[in-house]
Amino acid sequence: MANPNGIGASVRRREDQRFLTGRGNYTDDFKRPNMTHAVHVRSPYAHARILGIDFADAAAMPGVVAVLTGADMEADKVGSLPCGWQIHSKDGSPMKEPPHYPLARDRVRYVGDAVAVVIAETREQARDAAEMVVVDYEELPAVGSSTRAIDGGAPLVHDDAPDNVCYDWHLGDQAAVDAAFANAAHVAKIDLVNQRLVPNAMEPRAAMGEYDQSSGEYTLTTTSQNPHVTRLLMGAFVLGIPEHKLRVVAPDVGGGFGSKIFHYGEEAVVTWAARKVGRPVKWTADRSESFLTDAHGRDHVSHAELAMDADGNFLALRVSTLANLGAYLSTFAPSIPTYLYATLLAGQYKTPAIYAEVKAVFTNTAPVDAYRGAGRPEACYLIERLVDVAAGVMGMDKTEIRRRNFVPKEAMPYQTPVALQYDTGDFAKNLDIALPLVDYPGFQQRRAESKARGKLRGIGFATYIEACGIAPSNVAGALGARAGLYECAEVRFHPTGSVTVFTGSHSHGQGHETTFAQIVAERFGIPIENVEIVHGDTNKIPFGMGTYGSRSLAVGGSALVKAMDKVERKAKKIAAHMLEAAETDIEVKDGRFTVAGTDKSLGIGDIALQAYVPHNFPLDELEPGLDEQAFYDPKNFTYPNGCHVCEVEIDPDTGVTTIVSFAAVDDFGNVINPLIVEGQVHGGLVQGIGQALYENCVYDEESGQLVTGSYMDYCMPRADDVPSFTVCYHEDQPCTHNPLGVKGCGEAGTIGAAAAVMNAVVDALSDYGVTHMDMPATPEKVWRTIRDAAPAPTPAMAAE
Amino acid sequence: MSCTVSMTVNGKTVSREVEERTLLVAFLREHLGLTGTHVGCDTSQCGACVVHVDGRSVKSCTTLAVQANGAEVTTIEGLAAADGTLHPMQAAFREHHGLQCGFCTPGMVMSAVDLVRENPNPTEAEIREGLEGNICRCTGYHNIVKAVKAGAEAMAGAQPAPVAAE
Repeated sequence: MANPNGIGASVRRREDQRFLTGRGNYTDDFKRPNMTHAVHVRSPYAHARILGIDFADAAAMPGVVAVLTGADMEADKVGSLPCGWQIHSKDGSPMKEPPHYPLARDRVRYVGDAVAVVIAETREQARDAAEMVVVDYEELPAVGSSTRAIDGGAPLVHDDAPDNVCYDWHLGDQAAVDAAFANAAHVAKIDLVNQRLVPNAMEPRAAMGEYDQSSGEYTLTTTSQNPHVTRLLMGAFVLGIPEHKLRVVAPDVGGGFGSKIFHYGEEAVVTWAARKVGRPVKWTADRSESFLTDAHGRDHVSHAELAMDADGNFLALRVSTLANLGAYLSTFAPSIPTYLYATLLAGQYKTPAIYAEVKAVFTNTAPVDAYRGAGRPEACYLIERLVDVAAGVMGMDKTEIRRRNFVPKEAMPYQTPVALQYDTGDFAKNLDIALPLVDYPGFQQRRAESKARGKLRGIGFATYIEACGIAPSNVAGALGARAGLYECAEVRFHPTGSVTVFTGSHSHGQGHETTFAQIVAERFGIPIENVEIVHGDTNKIPFGMGTYGSRSLAVGGSALVKAMDKVERKAKKIAAHMLEAAETDIEVKDGRFTVAGTDKSLGIGDIALQAYVPHNFPLDELEPGLDEQAFYDPKNFTYPNGCHVCEVEIDPDTGVTTIVSFAAVDDFGNVINPLIVEGQVHGGLVQGIGQALYENCVYDEESGQLVTGSYMDYCMPRADDVPSFTVCYHEDQPCTHNPLGVKGCGEAGTIGAAAAVMNAVVDALSDYGVTHMDMPATPEKVWRTIRDAAPAPTPAMAAE
Repeated sequence: MSCTVSMTVNGKTVSREVEERTLLVAFLREHLGLTGTHVGCDTSQCGACVVHVDGRSVKSCTTLAVQANGAEVTTIEGLAAADGTLHPMQAAFREHHGLQCGFCTPGMVMSAVDLVRENPNPTEAEIREGLEGNICRCTGYHNIVKAVKAGAEAMAGAQPAPVAAE
């Protein structure tokens, strides 16, 4: 009988009880005896030289324990925050990698750059004192945007990065692309901006450092998606603390979306300061600090061209992108606009030749790194906007041009011209499912009905494919990663048959405590209540590479399966011994170990007990205990894919865009918990819709001041901005190279949604001759576009 | 300057000497150790800090503790029954997967309870409008809306929210 809480069941989440009753344990909830509070003094300038810091008055304020600066860190030989990925430019030279100190030493390079930290008895006292720190700045000219950064004569963010260029990189066969364009019957072109976003996890970043003088051990409790990586980076490169003396705990974490992958300076500051002041030190960002200092996402300016033959078959794609990396290199920053972006430019299409150039630049803005989707939404948006333009050039239906160019299912595994090999996918099937869901044939009638009411209706399609399950270490290493990207799991059976699983994956909303337990319950035929999932503590988990890139299930789940395989092998030996049978005669099903052809069998619980009470074990052949650990390094990326369809209605009088319907058809491979998967899609969709219609992180180009520094200025999607969704997935194309057949679902919604919404908005405005609009399609922008369109559509045009 | 603040929190009378500028959320989190109420922004926008003061939802990050002097305050920790039985709204959030990271959840649930108190049978549009002051970054609101609808029905006694077995 199938396990009611096994694979495929919508098990209600086990973590919800504590979250719903206020018993979550987030970093800021921790309180230690004698704990102090840190507040950072941050630069109000985007670019300035630090001439001096006077903190005498601050240090004398009530409750102040210490005021520490970059000079103190330098004296203690604190290092620079390391970058985890190295990119080489076209000419073979390595990227520019300027130092990034946790507290600035002589120059600040973005608004929010930390220059000092005040530590006091209470947060309020620290905040009061921080306001009394006087920093003597010599303001320097600033660079507030990527286009300004490469404008000849722009100020230099780093003296050793000429023209502000970090790297100038390319991928693909330029000659083949040029030849295809020379012979093309039609060319579609687009210029677009993928605007900067602020991830905005609802829990602001926080960190608490502790130092135990008697043992010499440090503990960092932090809002991290990957505590082991933080331990490695901070321990080895910044503070010089060996792993066995540094514990990093990432407890309940209130959302990440990429922004909590990275090692941040504040983590090093509180850990270092805890030893300096001899007391625990806690720092919690307020939302303003989050806006200023969390790594941002996206920020591309691109030009793209698509060559086609006379029938609309894609011949070649040429892309040129300018990517803004901000003031310093965040942990994974260089990989995002390169190997997580340009490698996805084939999309779902069999375009035979692709060439992409990416110039990445420094600016006086917050660092930019992975944000949900990380490079793949940028790729999807570019391709899918361009394909809509191409449909216009060809006079073809937007679904037809896509269908004509899909990589057919039969071509799998398919080698793209941009390095990836897709394992599975049936793109036509996704579209076939989507079209009736959205009643595509009825669209023109709905459009006419809207028009009769004075409204503009549009429909937009986006197909996407992403490379997830990051990543095969050998591939990542060849491409510049300075780490392996495997995952680790340990499965520990206890004597009475309950199980504790230790996973290097980290859950910050994804529900691993439920999903991973389902996998174990299914495998061993045990109640889910008997399985506990432990994550987020380097002292408990053997190792981990954390959660990002939709990798938890595909990589962490696979490590779990591998560890369970080992447990089963060991259990089989024990069963053979107990049942006095040959190991080869033991059959295993749902956690029962049976001697083939007999009714002699044992449950996994009986075996676990014997494993810990080995009174008659042949000890030279059989060790006591039932506790196994495994590392899993994926063989390939996984390739979730799908088709998203959005229908909008625009009020031309106000410019307000309303999403009338949104359908997402996805292929995530096998699904463990449908309820959780659907929830991941819903959330992803709204982040994509947020980019399309609402969100925009704006810096003043000249001053480098963050204009959108709070929820008053940065428009977050709210409940009344978005609709309910039609979400649908199929399991016909499981991943072929991991044991669960899973592909990952965390980023899909965000990747497809922005393109689908914008294609719908542009479609709605097509009567006005609009072929493109940059995001976000705010009411003001839409209204101005309609107003500026010349000539306004005549009744005759409207009737067409 | 400090002052004495007294109030009833989750049915218990509490009294503390605090700085006058102490916010209600800081009073709850730092002085009473009730860390279920969260701070997600500085501008009274996100709603992670919503509690009930004399039965009405209030953003505790922009309320001084002294303003709640003498009041009845309920936080997320006080919503479930004494025996641990979840409030119907809490149960509905669980049943309909109305939470992911859990950070906005306490404020969202407290807002939802007050919303239903004012409008016992809200439509989807009314739920969405009623939760406009609470930001969730994880769920896309889809399942929150379903949960609030179900929670409202359960609160009305039309049908108890089912409590799923694990």
